[in-house]
Amino acid sequence: MMHDVTRRNFFDVAAARARCLQYRQRILDISQQVQALHIGSAYSCTEMVDTIYHGLMRRNPDGTSPDTFLMSKGHGCMILYVILEDLGVLGRDDLDLYCKPNGRLGCHPDYGNPGIEASTGSLGHGLSMAVGMALAERGRKTGGVIYTVLSDGEVQEGSTWEAVLMASSLGLTNLVAFVDNNDFQSLGRTSETHPTFYPLVEKFQAFGWECAEVDGHAAAAVFAAVSGREGGRPFMLVGKTTKGKGISYMENVPIWHYRSPSRQEYEQGKRELEAAAAGMAP
Amino acid sequence: MRNTFSEALYKAATTNPDIYIVVADISPAGSMAKFRDQYPDRFINVGVAEQSMIGICAGLALKGCQPFAYTIATFSLYRPFEMVRDDLCYQNLPVTVVGMGAGVIYSTLGGTHHTQEDIAIAGALPNMQIIAPCDPAECTEATAYCATQKNGPVYLRLGKAGEPNFTDKAIEPWAFGKLRYIKRGTDVCILSYGVIMAKAMQLAARFEAKGQSVSVVSCHTLKPLDGDGIRDALRRHRHVIVIEEHAPQGGLAPRTKQIAWDMQARCRLDTFTLQDAFIHNYGGHDDLLAAHGLEVGAIAERVGA
Repeated sequence: MMHDVTRRNFFDVAAARARCLQYRQRILDISQQVQALHIGSAYSCTEMVDTIYHGLMRRNPDGTSPDTFLMSKGHGCMILYVILEDLGVLGRDDLDLYCKPNGRLGCHPDYGNPGIEASTGSLGHGLSMAVGMALAERGRKTGGVIYTVLSDGEVQEGSTWEAVLMASSLGLTNLVAFVDNNDFQSLGRTSETHPTFYPLVEKFQAFGWECAEVDGHAAAAVFAAVSGREGGRPFMLVGKTTKGKGISYMENVPIWHYRSPSRQEYEQGKRELEAAAAGMAP
Repeated sequence: MRNTFSEALYKAATTNPDIYIVVADISPAGSMAKFRDQYPDRFINVGVAEQSMIGICAGLALKGCQPFAYTIATFSLYRPFEMVRDDLCYQNLPVTVVGMGAGVIYSTLGGTHHTQEDIAIAGALPNMQIIAPCDPAECTEATAYCATQKNGPVYLRLGKAGEPNFTDKAIEPWAFGKLRYIKRGTDVCILSYGVIMAKAMQLAARFEAKGQSVSVVSCHTLKPLDGDGIRDALRRHRHVIVIEEHAPQGGLAPRTKQIAWDMQARCRLDTFTLQDAFIHNYGGHDDLLAAHGLEVGAIAERVGA
């Protein structure tokens, strides 16, 4: 598979760790500008989205990519925004005006803004759109790969399963989807509210997908699973994740789905992220 | 009408490799077999999965393609409504949602297959355009428009099969967004759209037999509605009649009344629509229309034709 031109074969995991801490810090800073944001949902998929942008998507010399990322779990868009800012696609002003009058970035991504490939926010829409995109790329023989991240809540939408069935029936080998499986939804742990939600991997496999499960915060494992896929079918990576990952008091605490930290909480979070960054210094 | 749709779409697809048709286990007859054989990669059958039909069309359009979603009207617009709203209208993508057999054409299939409120529902959506051709010839024109336009989404409301042409001798060509006079008179004006145009033509003949001069107008574009054209019709005729196969709310009838009020029109204005009711009647299309009050004799009596 190493000769496959649609894949990259090197990913600097130490750099990824540093970036993800920096992204978490940036999101924590932005949380102090607004009443609320989906912080826990962004931290949950930070490593997966970082791996997609910095490890999986190919870059043209001009910085554009032949590949596409679609944030199906629109409420996780803070991580998308800060990565696009880091890549220079969005400006610092854009992030400073997040959710403010005259700003153009809201709590869910809007198509038409730089780097935003689809408007999402309502759950269960993204995978069908990703299937359509993958079809278009295949039809034009561009070699473009479509990457998308779904929440585990989205996997409860019937429309998601329509798309799961179609992607494999159409034999879309240029579609790579991720499930941010933090096991949390508004009214509790999915494993408790919907015990038969699991096993997940076998469900996707039964629908004709190649599917693997890894620790969704282990960037090396995420990269290895996706870049090492067999590739004869659409690929689904179930990432086992922790909602609010990276700041102790947020982890697995449902209120951090949509809440901004107080000043005191902010300071504690900042200290934890700084300590993590110091801990990884050589 | 559906055969001419597939003929027109096939023709457009031969020159434009970005045209896709995504169907939900229903396929138009006629030339669609040719489309499917020649362009199998651009004929996608999602099966009985209308939400993904719309989402896949959105994904294709986000990559610059010109997709058509096709199934029976209730299933193309109602079932995946939120996908139509968010994926197509909110993102303003040039996707045509074809509603086949709209109105109460599927008379014997019952209310689950009737589309009585589609103009109101589609018309409430920002960015949505609505076209309802009155005959196969207009369907060809409308399909050609949908295959090339980049303004945004279109709801294309079609009949079924076997409709006659009314516009062969129309005095005006078809143009998106404009009323089209099929014939022009001076006394009475009948505004209609879609396959119920047959009744408008019959009513016109009755007026003409009584020596009246009658205009018959195809209001094929319901959104954006040609407000200037409606005002002109209300101004130039002493009696204007709207006939539509749609619920009393949100269609051409209330829009025309609203325009008439705003301009303080002086003509007589009568409107005939479907009832605000699910009517259980398992005869033919005409029988069900009659049960809703849309029968030429009854209308003629009301308007003095």
